[in-house]
Amino acid sequence: MPELTYIEGYPEDMRKEIEKVAKTREKRLDYTPPAMTMKQRDEVLTVHPDYAPGGKREISVGPNKGDNAPNEVADLLEAYPLVEKDEIDLSQVDYNPDILIIGGGLAGTTAALWAHDSGIATENILLTNKLRHGDANSIMAEGGTQAADRDIDSVVKHYIDTIGGGHFTNKPDVVRALVEDAPLIMKWLCELGAIFDREENGDLAEKLAGGISVKRMHSCRDYTGLEEFRVLRDEFRTRGIPYLEHYPAIELLTEGNRVTGAVLWNIETGDYKIVKAKATIIATGGYGRLHIRGFPTTNHYGATFDGVVLAYRAGAKLRDIDAVQYHPTGAAYPIQIVGYLLTEKLRGSGAQPVNADGEAFVYPLEPRDVEAAAIIRECYVRDKGLTTPTGLRGVWLDTPLIEIKNGKGYIEKAFPGMIRMYKRYDIDIRKDPVLVFPTLHYQNGGLETDPSGKTNVGGLWVAGEVSGGVHGKNRLMGNSTLDCMVFGRRAGMSTAEYVKSHKDASGITLDHLNQYVQKLEEAGVKRTRRAPVILPDYRGKAALARMIDVF
Amino acid sequence: MADNKSPIMERIAEANKAATTGIDAKDIKNWITIYIMGKAYKVPADLTILAGMEYAGYKFVRGVGCRQGFCGACATVFRKKGDYKLQTGMACQTRAEDGMYLVQIPFTPAETADYDITKEPYEASVFIKYYPEVARCVSCNTCTKACPQDLEVMDYVQDAIRGDFDGLADVSFDCIQCGLCAMRCPAEIVQYNVAQLGRRMYGRYGQGVPDHLRKRVKEINEGTFNEEMAKITACPVEELRQIYTEREKEPE
Repeated sequence: MPELTYIEGYPEDMRKEIEKVAKTREKRLDYTPPAMTMKQRDEVLTVHPDYAPGGKREISVGPNKGDNAPNEVADLLEAYPLVEKDEIDLSQVDYNPDILIIGGGLAGTTAALWAHDSGIATENILLTNKLRHGDANSIMAEGGTQAADRDIDSVVKHYIDTIGGGHFTNKPDVVRALVEDAPLIMKWLCELGAIFDREENGDLAEKLAGGISVKRMHSCRDYTGLEEFRVLRDEFRTRGIPYLEHYPAIELLTEGNRVTGAVLWNIETGDYKIVKAKATIIATGGYGRLHIRGFPTTNHYGATFDGVVLAYRAGAKLRDIDAVQYHPTGAAYPIQIVGYLLTEKLRGSGAQPVNADGEAFVYPLEPRDVEAAAIIRECYVRDKGLTTPTGLRGVWLDTPLIEIKNGKGYIEKAFPGMIRMYKRYDIDIRKDPVLVFPTLHYQNGGLETDPSGKTNVGGLWVAGEVSGGVHGKNRLMGNSTLDCMVFGRRAGMSTAEYVKSHKDASGITLDHLNQYVQKLEEAGVKRTRRAPVILPDYRGKAALARMIDVF
Repeated sequence: MADNKSPIMERIAEANKAATTGIDAKDIKNWITIYIMGKAYKVPADLTILAGMEYAGYKFVRGVGCRQGFCGACATVFRKKGDYKLQTGMACQTRAEDGMYLVQIPFTPAETADYDITKEPYEASVFIKYYPEVARCVSCNTCTKACPQDLEVMDYVQDAIRGDFDGLADVSFDCIQCGLCAMRCPAEIVQYNVAQLGRRMYGRYGQGVPDHLRKRVKEINEGTFNEEMAKITACPVEELRQIYTEREKEPE
């Protein structure tokens, strides 16, 4: 293969294709394809990875036996524990907090702060992290947080947008909690010193996003989740709340039908710690690193579904676990950034998806599943996508339109992260469009809760992406960071109340594991799969083929 | 087992397999040699340092986080072939080059000061009180050169000394707190901690809570939306569908 010649970041043949986009840009300035009807939406969704045949099967064990789930998810629910019961010595308790929080993203950190605000002393809280405190999808949320705080907006409108986006499958009581708490969360963040984009008069600057009827997307440039999180983590640190890093939970501990703690594993040295707690909050996030249907992902390295696996073994119920969110616009070129998130705020600010012929082919702000399916259809059914040197397909996202619509200098101010990411590969998103294709983004469903974050299992709360119900089968942009903070807060307050009126858990056992293993055996599940996954493996195949374990 | 298949999904999975399952040598045409902590490894050309190390056989349990340039976990220092300069970057955002010598710095020893921003005056003195070493800045600009986000780090340290909260917030905003500035600083300042304190002060006192937000929170607390909310949450799906379809959209 001859060496490729690059012109400002793109190989020669792609550079030629870009001319077609530039040629039609002026015409497209005043043209937006109409939004799809409900019927058209149903039609295009047949090529969405969630609806295309072959991706799912029935779960064969546990509380949701018989429900449909992606094969990669069912694989982990139908997997054996990493440790056998007798390998763990439960006689020595290493930590004995009132509240154990597993996972330190936005949800877990918020839970700790509100538990503390609700009267729990710092030493009675323990937050544990798989990697560092803050290695979470939260900090990668670029686009924003929704809250209905403008006069023309209302929490009811936010409710309707959220439920419609979720195809009317959402759990109403938790959606109500989400939208009613949203302005309060925004106020809390402002008081803690988070810096949001503002209008000149000091009002919060707000934008539209996919499936949203009123401008209510708050952002911090394109580092929204990072800004929100680092403020909360700073507050957490200055209060001196105890935390552990590089200590993933590998199993919950139970007594009867109540969760009473967890087994933590030192990911560096391999030894374990026993935590006994009155209440446990799981805030471990989602499952992008399972690469469902072979899609690349926007998620961080530790997003491997561990929290659901642990809670499910302890008897916690799931809902909407069949629905996976693919973000419509992941990077498809260059190869180093494939799957990375290109925030919906780009489309919210005027960027259009454009096919190989330079045509705008879809309304830019459909709900995410519809938008993603339309891009897949353009590439693989209508054959109007582009192919990269490594064989990936994608369509253009015409970013230069943003500056034509919002004025010169706008992209640099609103999307510094995006400019930076592409500049490293010599691409200027102000001058040239970028190639995009859907990428695995979000776990729509998860552990079912009531509005306080409590599950059907005693002593167990959940918050954030690990939970299910609030987004139904499809989450809207700006509702995930919000979900984390609304239900982190509620779980923190609810557990604080609970531990004040409940005595210390008397027993810590792994009995639930024995029962689960028995069910797996009865269902005929072979002992080849083990879970939780903890971290994915991207080591080169050649290195793996010659690896031996001699220590 | 699935009894039916989707050819489209299979084609998508095949096209993405290098990014989802690890790289297979047979798919690679161009190779480079990098020196990971001095040891030579032949890895595919055109990878990031992070992906190159994984190809070589490293499974990360430290020095990795988001893999997309947001979290600051994979700070790396390196020298390129024939170049005296000690360079810095994020392993997930830096292209591996032939002849590169590199090592990761996955942790920065640094302490967050014990402050409560609700009790501090909005003045320059807050920096001297909690991070007095900020005054030791000799304006050498080494921090700026080390920043993988290309921020003007020294400028915001000077903003802190002058009490220019607005300037500090603007210049430091894109900081990912990787720690490389602090590791290079001859004055032993932890720049990213100084910036964090300054940004929070600016957010709380320089920006504050806008009136429209205060007003909405008050309305919710007073139950302004309760009746409408009770009605909509009890709404049958068919009716909701209609309300959703017919709802007005605010123009761009």
